[in-house]
Amino acid sequence: MGDFLQVLGEYDIAGAYWFNVKLAFFSGIFSLVLGTILALMRISPLPSLQWAGATYVNLVRNIPLTVVMMFAAFALWPQLGVTFSENLDQNFFWLAVWALSVYTASFVCESIRSGVNTVPVGQAEAARAIGLSFLPAARLVILPQAFRGSIAPLGNTFIALIKNTTVASAISVADISLVMKYMVDQHGNYVIPIFLTVAAGFVIIVIPVGLVVTLLSQRLAVAR
Amino acid sequence: MKTTRAALAALAAVGALTLAACTAEPGGEEGGGDTGADSGDNGDSGAEGGDGGGDSIRIGIKFDQPGLGYKDGDTFTGFDVDVATYIAEQLGYSEDQIEWVESPSPQRETMLQNEQVDMIVATYSITDERNEVVDFAGPYFVAGQDLLIRSEDAGTITGPDVLNGKNLCSVSGSTSAQRVKDEFSPDTQLVELNGYSECIQYLVGGQVDAVTTDDIILAGLAAADGSGELQVVGNTFSEENYGVGLPPGSDQCQPVTDAINSMIEDGSWEEFITSNTEGTGYEPNADLNPPTPQECA
Repeated sequence: MGDFLQVLGEYDIAGAYWFNVKLAFFSGIFSLVLGTILALMRISPLPSLQWAGATYVNLVRNIPLTVVMMFAAFALWPQLGVTFSENLDQNFFWLAVWALSVYTASFVCESIRSGVNTVPVGQAEAARAIGLSFLPAARLVILPQAFRGSIAPLGNTFIALIKNTTVASAISVADISLVMKYMVDQHGNYVIPIFLTVAAGFVIIVIPVGLVVTLLSQRLAVAR
Repeated sequence: MKTTRAALAALAAVGALTLAACTAEPGGEEGGGDTGADSGDNGDSGAEGGDGGGDSIRIGIKFDQPGLGYKDGDTFTGFDVDVATYIAEQLGYSEDQIEWVESPSPQRETMLQNEQVDMIVATYSITDERNEVVDFAGPYFVAGQDLLIRSEDAGTITGPDVLNGKNLCSVSGSTSAQRVKDEFSPDTQLVELNGYSECIQYLVGGQVDAVTTDDIILAGLAAADGSGELQVVGNTFSEENYGVGLPPGSDQCQPVTDAINSMIEDGSWEEFITSNTEGTGYEPNADLNPPTPQECA
């Protein structure tokens, strides 16, 4: 046991988890913004926007995240010339954030849409009746209630996102799963303790998120 | 009521599909179980001295390293494959009794400990830590870390100490690139990808300037690329003793060591090296090769 702790000490475990946290943080913000826009498109009265939103969701949601990640690293950057930073490490980090955001946005969109479905039709009709057009009605009446109704599915999506950040190791982001590969390669005699340690780290990160989500979804539930 | 019934029917259909998926898997497992039974047989034949030739021998190799262990459709090629075939023949197994199993680097110890394979010949460096959990016979080859570069950089990138400000690619989980950064060029920018083929893609595309790992692996990659635009620098800076991995407590160490010795003596070893690195101009480090296998414990 002491030997294993010594092995753990050779690696910057906390720094590696920090990469996962940063990836989840930035991807969470971007996917929330993009997902909200997509949800607005899908509930908008314009058929072309509805079609575009639905196509995006059905396309991206059905592509494995690894493929999106590979697209970012091998097509978006080298072929299409999208460069986020001159520093290679930074560039890979933001390519990973791009892939995670694009992917997660489709799930965020559907979570918000499920929240929209909890808002009674009468609310939208009333908003229209007092003269609000689509965007003001969505901003002032529908979305505030929809978000409160979609806390639980959004929380699930965010938890999935936190765990999905490990896929970024495929494109040279030094996250915990990359460090884990090193540890397994160098210390094959401790494979099981290494896996358990990494798993425990994620449990420690994710459990508080789950608790907060549950608390918020109870606090903010719209009483009807 | 009707919709409920339709929904129930749909649920049942989904359930049936799920179950089908589940039953399909144990079916696949059964295949694995069969080979497990085989292994029992060749375990016996091993006890007889390995000359009887059991049903089959399971050998772990890499499937994705051209020139060393490579799966090309149904056939397997490479130096490790040739070495493994030779050893298996010495142990009394003909070529069609060999069952090739993929053994990716992180899984090698586990596969040996669980006796999922009878031996591993997969660019497996003998280290003290690995020696604690598995047995080794060999080394059968001494590789060294080297760099693969674009031929146009041949004059400028001459070794690991001129990589400051350059981008260096390696496979994630290996410490080879980190060693370059720590010991030679502290301002090297490291890129870690899942496979060497991805590193080659970046090297050809200009996103990285060099790829690093053991020289013989790089030679195989350059040969597989085939464009003639890539070359191995030929300035090794480490010593990797490739051994044959055996399950802990195996009684096969001595027979395997004898096989390696006879492979080196009868010229097969040299033939395997030449045929697998043809056209790359690759020469193994002559001071260390061919190696003398260590004594079995």
